[in-house]
Amino acid sequence: MSETPLRNNPVEHPASTPTRREVYEAGVRRRSNRIALISTVSVLLAIVVLVPLAPGWEAVQRAFFNGRVFAATFPGLLEAFFLNVMIFAWSAPLIAISGLAIALCRDTRAPALFPLRLFGIAYTDIFRGLPVVLVIYIVGFGIPGLGLPRPWNSPYIWGTLALVLVYSAYVAEVIRSGIDSIHQSQRSAAASLGLSDQDTMRFVVLPQAIRNVVPANMNLFIALQKDVALLSFIGPVEIFRQAGVYKSLYANFTPYVGAALIFLALTIPATRYADYLMNKQNRARS
Amino acid sequence: MKLISGTALALFFSTTSVLAAGDGTCAKGKTLTEGTLTIATGNPAYYPWVMNDAPESGEGFEAAVAYAIADKMGFSQDKVTWVRTSFDEAIQPGAKNFDINMQQYSITPEREEMVDFSLPYYTSAMAVLTTQNVVDSGAEATLDGLKALKWGAVATTTAIPMLSDVIQPSDAPLLYNDNADVNAAIMAGQIDAALYDLPTALYLSAVVVENGALLGQFPPGQSESPDQFGILMEDGKLLKECVDAAISELTESGELAAIEAQWLSKATGVPVIE
Amino acid sequence: MAKLSLRRVRKRFGEHEVCKGIDLDVAEGEMVCLIGASGSGKSTLLRCMNLLEPIDDGVIWLDGTDISEPGLDPQPVRQQIGIVFQSYNLFPHMTAAENVMLAPRRVRRLSREELRPRVAKLFSRFGLGDRMEHYPDQLSGGQQQRVAIIRALAMEPQIMLFDEITSALDPELVGEVLDVLRDLRKQGMTMVLATHEMGFARELADKICFLDAGRILEQGPPDVLFASPREPRTKAFLSRVL
Repeated sequence: MSETPLRNNPVEHPASTPTRREVYEAGVRRRSNRIALISTVSVLLAIVVLVPLAPGWEAVQRAFFNGRVFAATFPGLLEAFFLNVMIFAWSAPLIAISGLAIALCRDTRAPALFPLRLFGIAYTDIFRGLPVVLVIYIVGFGIPGLGLPRPWNSPYIWGTLALVLVYSAYVAEVIRSGIDSIHQSQRSAAASLGLSDQDTMRFVVLPQAIRNVVPANMNLFIALQKDVALLSFIGPVEIFRQAGVYKSLYANFTPYVGAALIFLALTIPATRYADYLMNKQNRARS
Repeated sequence: MKLISGTALALFFSTTSVLAAGDGTCAKGKTLTEGTLTIATGNPAYYPWVMNDAPESGEGFEAAVAYAIADKMGFSQDKVTWVRTSFDEAIQPGAKNFDINMQQYSITPEREEMVDFSLPYYTSAMAVLTTQNVVDSGAEATLDGLKALKWGAVATTTAIPMLSDVIQPSDAPLLYNDNADVNAAIMAGQIDAALYDLPTALYLSAVVVENGALLGQFPPGQSESPDQFGILMEDGKLLKECVDAAISELTESGELAAIEAQWLSKATGVPVIE
Repeated sequence: MAKLSLRRVRKRFGEHEVCKGIDLDVAEGEMVCLIGASGSGKSTLLRCMNLLEPIDDGVIWLDGTDISEPGLDPQPVRQQIGIVFQSYNLFPHMTAAENVMLAPRRVRRLSREELRPRVAKLFSRFGLGDRMEHYPDQLSGGQQQRVAIIRALAMEPQIMLFDEITSALDPELVGEVLDVLRDLRKQGMTMVLATHEMGFARELADKICFLDAGRILEQGPPDVLFASPREPRTKAFLSRVL
């Protein structure tokens, strides 16, 4: 009899049998999983059963989720999406470089470089305040309108420049916040070793700052991937424009749904990855 | 095939219901507001289809045709109301705010799967809008000459299948939201030419595009599927037979041709592209 | 002649004057300990010595050269006077070895190949021979602080300043860092320490300076100052910490 309580003591069996706490927590976990499953299934069921009962469902389905139109247009959309990928691929590095340059302009402290600093401030204020579409129109139609010869008036060149102008303002701000986030003691340590201001920035501050802002910049680049579609306003037939063409040819909105699916296939993993990086960073900091 | 049988069917209905349409009872109970015909046009509506963006005046080709059709259907001038819609609003599912929608919609078999079109009220040639500079630099109105040009078009028009099927330019065409953007691209030298229906091309070259010119036209008879404008209606609405009857009547009596002669400039002098 | 001399050094942050006229001499090979309550100005004084903070008034001489002249380029001076901080301040994105080699590479233009044997020697001398390729967050506090000391030594300074370098450490790690200081002392390095380690100061220092509210209230050899302080405030402080 006297041995029973001893045997129940969890310390006696650390590895083989679960402790009382573990048994309890496993029970709680099972129960919450069950509730989550039931509520998810019932919401999905409600959507799947109730929405098609709506009187206009058949028309909506025909206009937005039309299998025939989807099959006919999806390959063309994929092909057009390649242009989005290309525009993104050459814009992103340019944005990263010019964003960094502008962030450094804003961070200059030497009085002789004050004009540079003023430029950095004005630049980020102006381009973060302007709608992207407006910049694309002004730069994409305006600059070539000054009389540039082909191929230098291409909407691809100037449309890309518009994206670079706007997005480097955002990237510059993010990088600057990263620079500000590096503790003064790091600069002190570098200075105490006799490093120059430029070397301190290049070897000590920037590498840490940029690492800190990778997740925030990931989000910006996901937004960029969507805004590449705005280049269609000045001519390039990327996926959004191609979907619009199909829409008007078929009098049907399904091509937009197809385009959305293609976008999501890219942006959802990218967003998840950015969140993962962000969480990892938050964990590392705490 | 579908288009032809559809047209044949429509013709059948129209001939049998001429009398019904003529006495103005065909549309009874089939309009949004009883006793009134609600007609949609674009926002804005463009010359020469509607003059001064004021369809109520009955001036401009489509405005005049609209009132003539309404009259045949038994709606007097004061029983017609106008609304504005975009193309997207015209094709969206659900209740519509118009009975008939008229803004140079080209009839295509794909579109007919989704919405109803009336019989055509106008058959358009496609024309090549460009600038005098391009013409002077030696652009030719031949298929080979056209292939070499840098092309643009408004993305929502049937000019696009025409471009890709007939002209097949060597560089992928650039597409735009509206006439204003096409004009901006021409001004910026980013495109040499744009493809439009002939009346719009004539208007743009004369009024909008600086130094504008027409390089040539593809007359409707020459094309395999000529660009025909129809009135758009909600799919399955019974109004189609009344509208078709009215249009057939106008066509047969020559009234339609007279309206066309009054509002659309003759395309004489625009070279034909072989 | 003293290696490092301070006369009437004043430093204020806004309204608050942290150093109110400091006079101090550090002789070649001497070890001077600054003691005193938190906020008495020890850290600021050290940061003034290697020009991390510009002084408002007074003079600092290094080997008879006025290094406190306004407008003077501080970088050559900082190469002469190394400093180690309470919170290590290692560069977290570099390995221990890269931390140590950065300044010699950039400032003295030495190549990694030239530096590596010397750096490796320093690491093994301070018991870190197998930690060169570790990142700071893979090292214990004591190890990080030793790397920070090696980093400062790699510039071969003539004077080393230590700003409460054991205060952030767990008690069991304090010893390994103090051993490094003993080692340096034996080598004859000129050192100024701000410290709370009274036993250590008593054992090794040549001179103890008691700072109170921005002034050096009392200074002298450890036996004298610890055994029979003259000032009542020194007495009060020592009775609290000993």
